[in-house]
Amino acid sequence: MTTRPFTLGAVAYDPKVVTIWEGFADWFARHGFAFDYVLFSGYEAQVEAHLAGSVDVTWDSPLAWVRTRRLAAAAGREARSIAMRDTDQDLTSVVLVRHDSDLRVPSELVGRTVATGAIDSPQATLLPLAHLAREGLEPGVDFDVRRFDVMVTKHGDHIGGERDAATALVAGEVDAACLIDGNQLLFAKDGSIPVDAVRTLTRTAPYDHCTMTVLDGSDGATIDRFVELLLSMSFADPQVRPLLELEGLREWRPGRTHGYDQLEAAVDRLRFYGPDGSITASGYPR
Amino acid sequence: MSPGVPLVELGTLGFDAGAHVILNLALRSLESGNALAVRGAHPELAPHLTAWCRREGHRCRVVPADAEPRGVVAYLERATTASVRSNGAVRAGRADPDIADAIVAVPSADWGLAARGALVEPGGPTPPFRLDRRDELWTDRAPAFYRQSAASQWDPDGAVGWSEPVRNAPVIEAAVVQVMTFLIENEVVALVVPARFLGQIHPHFREIQQQLAVIAADEARHIDVFTRRATLAGNDLALSTVGGRMSLQTLLDEPDFAIASFLLSVMGEGTFISLLGFLEAHAPDPLTRRIAHLTRNDEARHVAFAMAHLERHATIDTALRARLARAVDRRHRELQSTAGLNDEVFDSLVLLAAGTPEPEAIRAGWNRVQALQHEMREARQGRLARLGFTTAEADTIASLHTRNFM
Repeated sequence: MTTRPFTLGAVAYDPKVVTIWEGFADWFARHGFAFDYVLFSGYEAQVEAHLAGSVDVTWDSPLAWVRTRRLAAAAGREARSIAMRDTDQDLTSVVLVRHDSDLRVPSELVGRTVATGAIDSPQATLLPLAHLAREGLEPGVDFDVRRFDVMVTKHGDHIGGERDAATALVAGEVDAACLIDGNQLLFAKDGSIPVDAVRTLTRTAPYDHCTMTVLDGSDGATIDRFVELLLSMSFADPQVRPLLELEGLREWRPGRTHGYDQLEAAVDRLRFYGPDGSITASGYPR
Repeated sequence: MSPGVPLVELGTLGFDAGAHVILNLALRSLESGNALAVRGAHPELAPHLTAWCRREGHRCRVVPADAEPRGVVAYLERATTASVRSNGAVRAGRADPDIADAIVAVPSADWGLAARGALVEPGGPTPPFRLDRRDELWTDRAPAFYRQSAASQWDPDGAVGWSEPVRNAPVIEAAVVQVMTFLIENEVVALVVPARFLGQIHPHFREIQQQLAVIAADEARHIDVFTRRATLAGNDLALSTVGGRMSLQTLLDEPDFAIASFLLSVMGEGTFISLLGFLEAHAPDPLTRRIAHLTRNDEARHVAFAMAHLERHATIDTALRARLARAVDRRHRELQSTAGLNDEVFDSLVLLAAGTPEPEAIRAGWNRVQALQHEMREARQGRLARLGFTTAEADTIASLHTRNFM
């Protein structure tokens, strides 16, 4: 009987994903660790394959983490966050308005139009909309939502939806736009958001982003070795540095889950998934 | 604020307008483990600073509003990974070729497209530049050749008096068109061969690449002016023969840089210097003579460059001369069954040197073409001698050169 190498699931949101995981696979091989990867077209398929045992670990969006945790719990199992990037911790999302807007506080968004990312983007849709809901503004009721659905099922990994939202705001097509804090800086740098064109109306509390997820029943020693190797990757190593840069991190850190509490609440409030991990969002393709 | 902690003042500058540039400059001069204080009045400075530091790996401690009497917004500590790019980085030779060891014997493949003399972060792609040996490529005169070539560029529109009337007899004009047609296909090979090697040379040998690029530009210009001259009187281009193209094909097929340079530039373009000199003397109109003059100057530079790197190469590699001689012999045997220079070109040269199709004029033209061929052979022998061939070797090799001139 042959045993498969430790197999990771990742979502192909960009061609660079192949470069990243081919590179990491080589790196793991050089460290004597049998590793392979499988690419999925979207997170829902990846989560379901994970539950079905097709892969051993998944590189999950925060929303994929929430669904994996819920599906696992419903099946009497347990999901674990074992590692994440330094850049996954303590992010915030912002609701931006034009600099010359008359909007001063979130409550003034009543009757206005707010641009968001894709339907399944935690950072540019679910978290900021839930944040506004907590302020008493029900999306689609108190204000209109103009969604920019780019690469749906990829949970907003592709930043195109956020860029479209920011562009619509700058062009005066919408009154506000939701995006992650880092992308606000990125869009300022590449000129999508001109200098002094926008200001922040409100900002979410800090939350965490992607995670390496495993389920109970996996081989603990192999997982420990995988995590040990991830955490040993050094930005000073010229072999692995280009891969870390492509993946957007300086160092891997041990996983943690308290940073997903805000998204769990948002998923419930916006009825994206049921408590059992079933997909309940209307208009979501699967 | 702690005494001694440097303070960076951003004023109203935010991260939407380049605040990170000032911070990077300040962090670069900060010793590891030390902090710097940031002060600024941009309304979103603290959250933007937090997001930027997260991405860059710097530690950021935001100070609660009004907690600092001097208005400090945050304290930063430089990421331990901030300067790792220069760890193990190597200097890829030196930009100035006159500095000792500026040009290394075999540049590393992972220097790739980096400028010679740059501090190169290790790792990264290793583009396959096949030609990466100094001894095969370099000449200390390369920088001077490039500078001279760049300074000698001419504009086909301005340098040639295209509006001058050309009133040659039809038979003489036809001879001009035939010679131009022949020159063009030769210039095409003289363009394609260096252009192909150009992409195979390691960019460390910058001046060699630059010189080949200018050579390619020269040949492109020659193709232009020869074509414009051929069609100036409304004629179509003339005959291109199989024999001529087969001779040129052997140059196109040659994969070895030294041999290709030798066959194309030393033997072929060297012979063309004589041919263009002949046209400068005997072409029937000032416009054609001017074109021959301009293109001959360019070809002379190409020959001189090839001679320079082959002379150096032959000094270092004593087996080179034998390889070059074998290449000429091999090409001679490959072309033995071909017609050589086509009759139309030969006869056209006689006509041009005659000036008119009268018997005595043709006799004179014939003698001039014979003298041209003698001059071509002597010039080849002279160049071969400069490359270190004995007189007997030079005679043999010169006599085996293609009858098609190039």
